[in-house]
Amino acid sequence: MKRRLLLLLPLAGFLVLGAFLYMGLSINPFERDSALMAREFPAFELTTLEDPERVVDASLLEGEVTLVNVWGEWCPTCKQEMPQLLDLAERGVRLVGVDYKDTREKGREFLTEFGNPFEVNIFDPEGSLGFDLGVYGAPETFLVDREGIIRYHHTGYIRPEDVRETILPEVERWR
Amino acid sequence: MALITRLLLCALLLWPALGQAAVEVREFDDPVTEQRYRDLTATLRCPKCENQAIDDSDSPIAGDMRERVYLQLQDGRSDKEILDFMVNRFGDYVLYNPRLEGRTLLLWGLPAGLVLLGALVVVLMVRARRRTSARDLSAEERARLDALIKRERTE
Repeated sequence: MKRRLLLLLPLAGFLVLGAFLYMGLSINPFERDSALMAREFPAFELTTLEDPERVVDASLLEGEVTLVNVWGEWCPTCKQEMPQLLDLAERGVRLVGVDYKDTREKGREFLTEFGNPFEVNIFDPEGSLGFDLGVYGAPETFLVDREGIIRYHHTGYIRPEDVRETILPEVERWR
Repeated sequence: MALITRLLLCALLLWPALGQAAVEVREFDDPVTEQRYRDLTATLRCPKCENQAIDDSDSPIAGDMRERVYLQLQDGRSDKEILDFMVNRFGDYVLYNPRLEGRTLLLWGLPAGLVLLGALVVVLMVRARRRTSARDLSAEERARLDALIKRERTE
């Protein structure tokens, strides 16, 4: 009897492995955590979209919980996302934009057309800040606490329900 | 009909040429660095396109990553430094060859462990079988065996 059970061992092993791999199939590869989670916002020195003379660095994000949104005029999803960002700004969340791989004219046009929820926009034409943030497509959104540490990351489109269900609770949590 | 077939054939023949659009022309001082560039871009996974190495992806981020690999090689950085640089930004996801560390011990150890386990099972089974075949029959068993053979013959 004992020996019989022993023969079932490979089958049991196979079933465990099968279940494990089956779970892997339903994982969304774009919902992985950012590598920068719980780390300092990367150092940068860039001008703002609004003023080519004004140079800003990571100290811009200190002192207040800030939502950093990486966008670009070339990105259609960013346009769809704007109403949600405007909603967040209206609820008193501080937003800073990163205009990623864009030109100044197009970036400004975008904000005139779709609204500007951002306190200021970091102009990143080469995508160097985006690269240091591990951004592989816009839009991407990072929540930075008042010490300048990245606390939450959202890849892709922010749906209206995401504002209520995840973004606002996260902002509250780190305030 | 024949014309369509021929056109399709032409399209198929051109297919491999179209697939190579992602490769830029890079200048290297020596063939060793060039080989390192090839190896690194083949082992780094594109974060945007799931199952493509950055060396054959047209995605903009893959292009940026190839550029960084190239520039850092020119700066004289080691392979490990370059891989660390990428993992710090894009996570372990970009490594096609996961590193051997505490968290990945199971991943690396499981196949070897299973092979060892299988070998152990085979050894135990062979031993057990050998023991049973080598054992002598007891007097009682011998008598039963004789009786069975006898019955077979008389029938």
